[in-house]
Amino acid sequence: MTQAEFLHIVMPFKDKVFRLAKRLLVSKEEAEDATQEILLKLWNNKTKIEEYKNVEAFSMTMTKNFCLDKLKSKHAQNLKIVHSNYQDNNTSLQKQIELNDSVDWVGKIIENLPEQQKMVIQLRDIEQYEFDEIAKMLDMNNTAVRVALSRARKAIREQLTNTHSYGTK
Amino acid sequence: MAPNKIEKLLEKYENGETSLAEEQQLKSYFSRETVAPHLEMYKPMFAYFSVNQKETFTKTVPLKTKRIFNYKWISVAAVAVLLLGFYFSMPLFQEDDDLGTYDDPMMAYNEVVKSLELISTSLNKGTQKISYLNQVETGMSKVNYLGEMETKSKIIFK
Repeated sequence: MTQAEFLHIVMPFKDKVFRLAKRLLVSKEEAEDATQEILLKLWNNKTKIEEYKNVEAFSMTMTKNFCLDKLKSKHAQNLKIVHSNYQDNNTSLQKQIELNDSVDWVGKIIENLPEQQKMVIQLRDIEQYEFDEIAKMLDMNNTAVRVALSRARKAIREQLTNTHSYGTK
Repeated sequence: MAPNKIEKLLEKYENGETSLAEEQQLKSYFSRETVAPHLEMYKPMFAYFSVNQKETFTKTVPLKTKRIFNYKWISVAAVAVLLLGFYFSMPLFQEDDDLGTYDDPMMAYNEVVKSLELISTSLNKGTQKISYLNQVETGMSKVNYLGEMETKSKIIFK
């Protein structure tokens, strides 16, 4: 397999791998390293790539396992580098800040969810995979995915309601 | 879309029962400027999802094709070097052995005599030096008289 063919296979989902890695590892640099690692692993096993039924699902499972391993080894160190990209937008600054603030809040809420719920939310609400695909990627059954998703969504909504009505009620 | 319907969808959504298309409907509803005030808290949630969808991986991955070195080639090279070595060293030995011959027997005889003479003169140089040893022998015979003196003195002291 040539490099071009490999890139053609990998290109469509490399961002998804990166976003899942970032969801789990939080720091952008860590996520980039993880993505690189996973793409290199795929490249080194490129002879076997044709045997995989679904390279994308396989890679997502690989990412999940890799990141969870990473978290396990990093647990004591608690490495976190949070990047905020500040932008200069003058239009309705107050409103913008408020919205940005609450959007950031969602990120923080998700960060505090258990790993499994994080992954399910990431794969369903951001990457928009079907339940069957998620179940295969995460090695769970269909109902377990739905339950985890439902819990995660409810948790986010509850905490958002709390922060939203903070000080008004 | 009527807030009524949205509420129903939201309930389904929270139970994890919505399809992807229905979730898309919710997303587009909450991306509007104004939403029903009691649903305001969902807005950042869906905004967050759409923002995060756009994040991309920008780092380049160095894809190197692994070159596996074949050690069989080392033996091939070694054999080649050995063969070349033999090939270049063989003619040199042959040249050393072959000094050429004389066609005329008289000339050959003269040459042999000449070289034998050369050998004998240089040999004689060595024997001249060895001839000094004769003088050592005469010295030694003189020293032997001392032995006779000793026998004489033994007789006297008896």
